[in-house]
Amino acid sequence: MELFIQQVINGLSLGGIYALIALGYTMVYGIIELINFAHGDVYTLGSFFSLAIIGLLDASGELKGWPLFGVLALTVVGAMVLCGLVGVLLERLAYRRLRNAPRLAPLITAIGASFILENIMQLWKGPSPIPFPSVVPNVVWSFHGVNLASNELLVVLAALGLMTILQIFIYNTKLGKAMRATAQDRDAAQLMGININMTIALTFFIGSALAGVGGFVSGVYYGSTWFYNGFEAGLKAFTAAVLGGIGNVAGAMLGGFVIGMIESLTAGFISDQWATVAVFVLLVLVLIFRPSGLLGEVLPDKV
Amino acid sequence: MSFFALKNVTKTFGGLVAVKEVSYEIEQGHIAAMIGPNGAGKSTAFNLVTGLYVPTAGEIEFDGRSIAGNKPDYVCKLGVARTFQNIRLFAFMSAVENVMAGCHVRMSAMLWDSLLHTGRQKREERAVREKALDLLRFVSLDRYADDFAHNLPYGFQRRLEIARALASDPKLLLLDEPAAGMNPREKEDLMTLIRKIRDRGITVFLIEHDMGLVMNISEKIAVLDHGEKIAEGTPAQVRNDAKVIEAYLGKTA
Repeated sequence: MELFIQQVINGLSLGGIYALIALGYTMVYGIIELINFAHGDVYTLGSFFSLAIIGLLDASGELKGWPLFGVLALTVVGAMVLCGLVGVLLERLAYRRLRNAPRLAPLITAIGASFILENIMQLWKGPSPIPFPSVVPNVVWSFHGVNLASNELLVVLAALGLMTILQIFIYNTKLGKAMRATAQDRDAAQLMGININMTIALTFFIGSALAGVGGFVSGVYYGSTWFYNGFEAGLKAFTAAVLGGIGNVAGAMLGGFVIGMIESLTAGFISDQWATVAVFVLLVLVLIFRPSGLLGEVLPDKV
Repeated sequence: MSFFALKNVTKTFGGLVAVKEVSYEIEQGHIAAMIGPNGAGKSTAFNLVTGLYVPTAGEIEFDGRSIAGNKPDYVCKLGVARTFQNIRLFAFMSAVENVMAGCHVRMSAMLWDSLLHTGRQKREERAVREKALDLLRFVSLDRYADDFAHNLPYGFQRRLEIARALASDPKLLLLDEPAAGMNPREKEDLMTLIRKIRDRGITVFLIEHDMGLVMNISEKIAVLDHGEKIAEGTPAQVRNDAKVIEAYLGKTA
């Protein structure tokens, strides 16, 4: 029983990271029907940018109170903005010209973009894992043999909080409405006065910024990062997005947590090596039996 | 400069001439129509006006400036709104949200306001909702404000599209076959609605197949055939024009 609860806690925090990445996949797919395979690498970039910012602030020591809060805020916001800009740049340079091209062309381009980002990161920090400084103090609570770390809580709260903000943004603001309008009918949206290039760029910005947060919390959670991190995490997050129903924000979140849970429960009760297998078997099953995902495509409230 | 004018506008697609040197002027506050058989180039003309297409040659004037080749969202901002021949509502938004989306260009909240949910953003969102509900009342759809657009009956969807177009506060409203698929009763209502829109000071420019409706409400009609304007004038003049009769009914033996 303790093992089960422990693995559920691990699964939730793992799932929080997948969910943060999956949001970006699903948003971009929702608006231009592109599977942005470079998205996983934007997530890795998030941890690299966080590292760089923490390095610049020289904040590897033991911090408390306001200075700690300041460093965290600067790191998270910095990573979000930088990743957001990378996303916008990708869209502008690589995908915009291909918007009306056959769908295979942008897909291949996305894979190419992924390679480019991975290689840039490898040149930047080298090919081996890099330790992530423990700027965030990690407190571990124990009840009856079950451990709950504050870092795990941080991951889950960050994911849930950001998704709530995102939902409010999409359903209750002018720009969110512009995004939904663009997703549903690009020409009509444009003729209603919506600048679709701006709206698509904004979608990339928000999705990539969320991946940036994911990169930061994963660095804190795992205590390390490396240039190839985003490949597997990206594939699993993509699986999460498909599982939840690609194009569907709430679905991506749900999918992320389900994937995290399956991975950690498999690791706990069967074996570590089977965890990834279980995730991708699930992807295959979803594609066969419920191709539109748990919550259906595009909108949860589709009639 | 006139309020609205097409001046020798030509649009070719490869070797196909869709619109050929068409000129047409519309005065502010009028209801004007463009008619013609299928494939005459009417919808192409609308797409040229709204910026979906760039004219191959010629000028389009609107409200004191040349708008040919401008981006659709910019043309909309200048005050041109439109509806579509085959309805293109945002199917998975409620009626009121569709109209609110139409208000987009007249809203000033920035990304900043949206993300932080500032007071300004909330006030604006509330004001726009009010405005959208007013417009729904104007087209008699206020009872369906929270229904999904694609669940509304066809005739209602047409009216909802008009409300969405009006939400951008246009000076010129383009209606692309607004009466298509409507029964006589709905057509009556539509004519009343178009007059009401004109009475708000909005110039209406429509494309239509339904002769009865066009003859009834238009102050001026242009007739297109094979991309060329073959006649222009009041309903009475157009009705008796030999070329028009030929285009519609074929040559008499």
